[in-house]
This record gives sequence, structure tokens and C-alpha cells, in this order.
Amino acid sequence: MAEFFHMGGYAFYVWTSFGLTAFLLAGLVVWASQAHKRELARISRRLRREKRSV
Amino acid sequence: MNIFTKWFHRLGSPPWFYRVSGKLIPWMSLLCAALIIYGLYAGLVVAPPDYQQGDSFRIIYIHVPAALLSMFIYVVMAVAGGISLIWRMKMADVVLISSAPIGAVFTVIALATGSLWGKPMWGTWWTWDARLTSELLLLFLYLGIIALHNAVEDRQSAARAVSVLALVGVVNIPIIHYSVVWWNTLHQGATIMRLDGPAIDESMRWPLFAMIAAFYLYYFIVLMLRARGEVLNRESRSRWVRELVAGD
Repeated sequence: MAEFFHMGGYAFYVWTSFGLTAFLLAGLVVWASQAHKRELARISRRLRREKRSV
Repeated sequence: MNIFTKWFHRLGSPPWFYRVSGKLIPWMSLLCAALIIYGLYAGLVVAPPDYQQGDSFRIIYIHVPAALLSMFIYVVMAVAGGISLIWRMKMADVVLISSAPIGAVFTVIALATGSLWGKPMWGTWWTWDARLTSELLLLFLYLGIIALHNAVEDRQSAARAVSVLALVGVVNIPIIHYSVVWWNTLHQGATIMRLDGPAIDESMRWPLFAMIAAFYLYYFIVLMLRARGEVLNRESRSRWVRELVAGD
């Protein structure tokens, strides 16, 4: 196990690469789904407002 | 109407896209996760260290897929830009602008992991050679498209401007691909896209193919996620969106 994390002495380069990639790719998914949810919430707020004013 | 034009018209229809993408995303995510688990396990644990590069070669499992996607996404954007200019298709514009941040992230990953791989293997984080410089230019093209889209207030003018920029910038793609052939460079030549077949052992090749497939799936999943938000924003006053939100 320790050998696996050691990566033959290249641990810093290998794990920084994989860590950075995981962080960025996960962040992009979170950002995209939040934008989608925000949009749905915004539209439903507007629809409620319109209903009240009718 | 033949099947192709029918399909093309449907693809251009936001409510159809919204419905179908909502069904596709969970299945594609499942497949993508399975490919990543296999690719990481086979690439990081099972595959032996490289005879020259030791364990540092394992960076290939994200560097190569990210670099491939950084170019593929730009080509998709250029094609979408062409369609948007010629046919004024709404969805083409959505695809173009939703793809830009994804492409930019893949370009950053390709550059960063290349740097992290270059330091132990070449002895330098960065060098101004053809491959690295043209990939950096690609990042600026992505950022330029995002900035241009944000800068132009009118939606139609913004769509036209980014379409033109995406089309003009596409000349950079063959330059990136052939840079290792046309110029003297530290970067190694093609490993996979070679006429005489891939120059990589099977134990290392299959996890790489799995990671490439996973990254392609990831792009389409996030593109659909982003496009769904974008479509809702643009169509928020249309009846299908009202019905969708009211029905929730």
C-alpha cells in the first residue's frame, strides 16, 4: 500500500496531477448542476409572482 | 423529410433536447463512473511501471485524454459555430457557449499535467516549443470566446461573434496535432493515433482507452447539464418551460 502511494518516487507529480484533475472535473459538474437548479428556482419564483398579480 | 433532416430538426428543438438529455444523463453517468473506476484501477494498480519513465508514466491516463478532449471540444464548437452562422439554429449556439468552459478546463488539465510530467522527465516545467505553445494558445482561444460572449450584450450579436472566433481559431487544432511532426520538440510523437497502430503495450493501453472513453462521456454529460440550464434561461417565457416548472 505504502509502495502504491510512493509511486516509485514520483508521488508528488502523479498525485498532484490526479488530484487537480479530480478537483476541476468535480467542480465543473457541481457548477453546472447548480446553474440548472438556480434557473429552475428563478423561473418558479417568477411564475408564483405572476400568479399572485393576476 | 428523410430521417437525417428529421433528427436535425429535433436536435434543434429545446423541449425535445431537455426531455431526452434528462433521461440520458443518469445512464451515461453510470457508464462514465464504471469506466473511470476500471481505468484508474487498471492504470494505477495493475499496469506495470514504464521501463524508462517508471511510475511517472501513469500521468498519461489523464494527460492524453484531457489533451484529446481539449481539441475535440474546440472542433465541436467550431462546427456548432458554423451551424449557428448558416442556419441560425438556437441549439448550436447553446452547444457552443456551454462547451467553452469545459474545453477550457480540459486545456488547463492538459497543460498542468503535462507540466507535472515534464518536470521529472524533461527536467523543466515549461518550454516554449510548438506543442506546448499551441496548446497554450488554445487556452487563450477558449478564454477569448468566453470573454467575448460575456462582453456582447445582444444575444444574437454575441452568438455571431463567438461563432466567427470559434471558426477562425480552429486552424490551431491541426497545428497542435502535427506540431510534434513539423517542429523539433521535447514532446514525444503520437502514441495512439499512428498509421501503424498504437505504440503502447496492452496492459497500459486498455486503461488508457477506458479513460479516453470516460472523458468523452464526461464532456457530453456536463455539456448536457450546462445546456439544460442555458436552455431554461433562454426559453423561460415559453409554454413548455412554464408547464415543466409548474408541473414540478
